[in-house]
Amino acid sequence: MSGFGTLFRKEIIRFGKVAMQTVLAPVLTALLYLLIFSHVLAAHVEVYPGVGYTAFLMPGLIMMSILQNAFANSSSSLIQSKQSGSIVFILLPPLAHFEFFSAYLLAAIVRGIVVGAGVLVVGLFFADLNLARPLWVVAFALLASAAFGALGIMAGIWADKYDHLAGVQNFIIMPLTFLSGVFYSIHSLPAFWQGMSHYNPVFYMIDGFRYGFHGQSDVSPWLSLAAVTPVTLLLGGLALRLIQTGYKLRH
Amino acid sequence: MHALRGVDLDIAEGEFFALLGPNGAGKTTLISLLAGLARPSAGSAAVMGHDVVRDYRLARRSLGVVPQELVYDAFFTVREMLRFQSGYYGLHRNDAWIDELLENLSLADKADAYTRTLSGGMKRRLLVAQALVHKPPVIVLDEPTAGVDVELRQSLWAFIRRLNREGHTILLTTHYLEEAEELCERVAMLKEGRIVALDRTVNLLRREDEQRLELVLSSTLLPENLDARVVGHDGNRFVLALPDYAELEGILAELRRNGIRIERMQLRQADLEEVFIKLVGQGA
Repeated sequence: MSGFGTLFRKEIIRFGKVAMQTVLAPVLTALLYLLIFSHVLAAHVEVYPGVGYTAFLMPGLIMMSILQNAFANSSSSLIQSKQSGSIVFILLPPLAHFEFFSAYLLAAIVRGIVVGAGVLVVGLFFADLNLARPLWVVAFALLASAAFGALGIMAGIWADKYDHLAGVQNFIIMPLTFLSGVFYSIHSLPAFWQGMSHYNPVFYMIDGFRYGFHGQSDVSPWLSLAAVTPVTLLLGGLALRLIQTGYKLRH
Repeated sequence: MHALRGVDLDIAEGEFFALLGPNGAGKTTLISLLAGLARPSAGSAAVMGHDVVRDYRLARRSLGVVPQELVYDAFFTVREMLRFQSGYYGLHRNDAWIDELLENLSLADKADAYTRTLSGGMKRRLLVAQALVHKPPVIVLDEPTAGVDVELRQSLWAFIRRLNREGHTILLTTHYLEEAEELCERVAMLKEGRIVALDRTVNLLRREDEQRLELVLSSTLLPENLDARVVGHDGNRFVLALPDYAELEGILAELRRNGIRIERMQLRQADLEEVFIKLVGQGA
């Protein structure tokens, strides 16, 4: 696994060199959501007894940042190297398929969690947040960032231009995250949308993650774990398969 | 669509081999197959005995490829790129060799420059350095001197020759036929995915053993009865085939009769370019 370490390090340095765009900007975006929504809604909404709206909102925003940034890291790195042609530098060496896959995946996880941690730290200035069940927090952060990092690998390999990636981001990732209970409890939704939410894996990622902070959630964290784990494994397996077959990377 | 058809080629260890052919002949496809950038629909290829599909990791470890496209990763400096490239091959303390590469490729003063700030020729030499970080026994250079100026081209070739003397096998594609003529022991010419000639360079040149008469004339038109001899023509510069020295007299007389003045004249052997054009056809 000697090549893995180098490729992983390269991927970390890559987003580190443009941290303004890859870390600070998404933290600021999340902070703006936090300020606006908590200002508008804090007085009106109490989702769980004893949990203020700002404190309720924070885990949702953190998870949303983790997902979006894990996806952005692997997908944009791949499409950039494909477009510039520098992808040959990793196609020519004797990297095993699994090394290629795990380096991109792990870098996506790190980027997602770094941004998520940034949102958490900044958010603590605005609301007190418990860490009722920290293991759940860690488990869902890892599973969710891995799932979206793998999705990013697939999208980055598949996309021929940035427009394709923007399509995935705007038409799949954004609706899935916004309609998953980042800003509300699905119990406040009409029955139909409540039912639909149960088919959205992001709902379980956020709900399980929120349970780790507040010890309260819409569904049992075990159910969320049972829903998220196979999704992560499936997406990871598919991404690895794409790399093994050389789809769009080797002709 | 098959970019390559029935190509059967063996390059011996330690050889300096050239692959020639017009654009679209399949040179780059052949290299992509060796490098694992493309997969063959039929047939097989091996590097140092390692099948490029079955034993891809060993095959790739044996191979260093300088790609034709001038690619670079704008995020990193020259030294960072070379360290990463070393790391992909499992070499984590490679700075001594990296420095030697930079020195030999005249990039030492650019070690800490971002790759996007390099000129085209420097980017090309960085690609050469990247291909050599792991001291591969087989080195493939796909048009390595395109955009590199003459002086640096010489030092690049001196370095590649040294690597060849030290036992590295070199496979080269180039548009500069004089380079292949000067450097390579053997040459394969590709046309439309097939090998049309494969021989030692000296044998290929001997095949065209007639003399060439190079003329620069006062006219851009030749007398009609000399047309059959023309093997090259560019403005008022003509290259004529001369199977027998005795025919020279007749040619000169014909020019004089038509009132055409000779501004320059030279007799020489056919070069690889003429062999090449003859074998792969005009427009090459």
